[in-house]
Amino acid sequence: MDTVFGIQFKGGVVLAADQSNARSILVYQNNLDKVTKLSSHSAMGVSGPNADMVNFTEYIAKNLALYELANDGTKLSTKAQANFCRNELAVALRKGPYQVNLLLGGYDEKDDAGSLYFLDYLAALQKVPYGSQGYASNFCLSIMDKEYREGLTEADALLIIEHCIKEIATRFLINQPNFMIKIIDKDGVRVHSFGGDPADT
Amino acid sequence: MARRYDSSTTTFSPEGRLHQVEYAIEAINNAGTCVGILARDGIVMASERRITSGLLAPAKTSEKTYKLCPHAACNVAGLTADANILIDQARLRAGRYHYQYQEPIPVEQLVEHVCNYKQSYTQYGGLRPFGVAFLFAGYDEKHGFQLYQSDPSGNYSGWKATVIGANNQAGKSLLKSEYGSSSAEMADEGEETSPDVAGALRLAVKVLNKTMDGTAAAAEKMELFTMTLDESSEVVHHILTQKEAQEVIDQVEAETASAGDS
Repeated sequence: MDTVFGIQFKGGVVLAADQSNARSILVYQNNLDKVTKLSSHSAMGVSGPNADMVNFTEYIAKNLALYELANDGTKLSTKAQANFCRNELAVALRKGPYQVNLLLGGYDEKDDAGSLYFLDYLAALQKVPYGSQGYASNFCLSIMDKEYREGLTEADALLIIEHCIKEIATRFLINQPNFMIKIIDKDGVRVHSFGGDPADT
Repeated sequence: MARRYDSSTTTFSPEGRLHQVEYAIEAINNAGTCVGILARDGIVMASERRITSGLLAPAKTSEKTYKLCPHAACNVAGLTADANILIDQARLRAGRYHYQYQEPIPVEQLVEHVCNYKQSYTQYGGLRPFGVAFLFAGYDEKHGFQLYQSDPSGNYSGWKATVIGANNQAGKSLLKSEYGSSSAEMADEGEETSPDVAGALRLAVKVLNKTMDGTAAAAEKMELFTMTLDESSEVVHHILTQKEAQEVIDQVEAETASAGDS
């Protein structure tokens, strides 16, 4: 049910996800943050059961932190982080799979560019210029196919995100009133906007 | 006095020493010399080839230089059989890292892994340490070309130039005076600058000449290895042919011959 999508722009990535936490006919909360910060310049938008979402993202984030501590502050590139995630998913797949579908976005100083990776629960990995997970794909992919072009500015990318959110609000059966939008660029991971404040208990 | 405390790796002596580790280090001081020099544009590793018998078939690639992964190689001084185990470990680690991250392993991480493995043989299991010292040469994006030395204790350090094996002290003292101060590369203020690969090769041969003291310099007695980047920034491993090696030796000979003239 979760809606996650992301777009790469010149110098960074935008990640967006809905904020509903629901099961069956009950909505538990409307301010869940499904875009987790992984490292100073990367984050992942996650869809799936809440338990796996949290378990997997925390596991990856802490392992990335350990790598930096163990290796004199060396940061892993976005590509390396994405491949690390994929490997963890692949190993767990035939033991106790993580039922998570992700969009991992990051900024690399080395190329002064953002990159976006699509990973699914079967441990597929693909670098993409834009992508989405879940039912949202049915609505968003065609919009992004049409509107995406190389060298988008941050404002352009946010416009496309807005179009996608509007489409989902109009056409998607499940009501998803709130969206969390985060931007990753040279200044790190920052919240652009949200519908519901995750800090509200 | 040391007798009582030197047969077990896992026991400290009253003076706080691990005798087995020290004896292992001794074993390497009898092995064929290896010189490593960090140049501006690459790394040079030169080793003494000890030909124990004329009947020996020549090694197919090398008995001193081993490729660990596309961007790293090592030179061995000590027990070759021990070295083979560690080289396997290093290759596995480099491969697994690449499998996990789809990126080349940072050189220091590779060295540290091998060293941690060596260290465990000085602390657990009652097995003897590895009688091997390595010179690791590698390139990664973050730190460029790097040269590391490791010994049986599992300690390692980064070097601009170093020597392991027989007569390493003589080699090191020559490097101390000559590294970074050859007239061609001297900066105006007389500060130390690293040589280029060609200069490093000559310096390495000079060092080997000194450590192999007594035996005449000859291309068959030395193995010269260089690590550089090609135009597409790929790492190139190159063991010099007899002809190329002989050229360097001749250049060094000419240099030393004319050194007394000016």
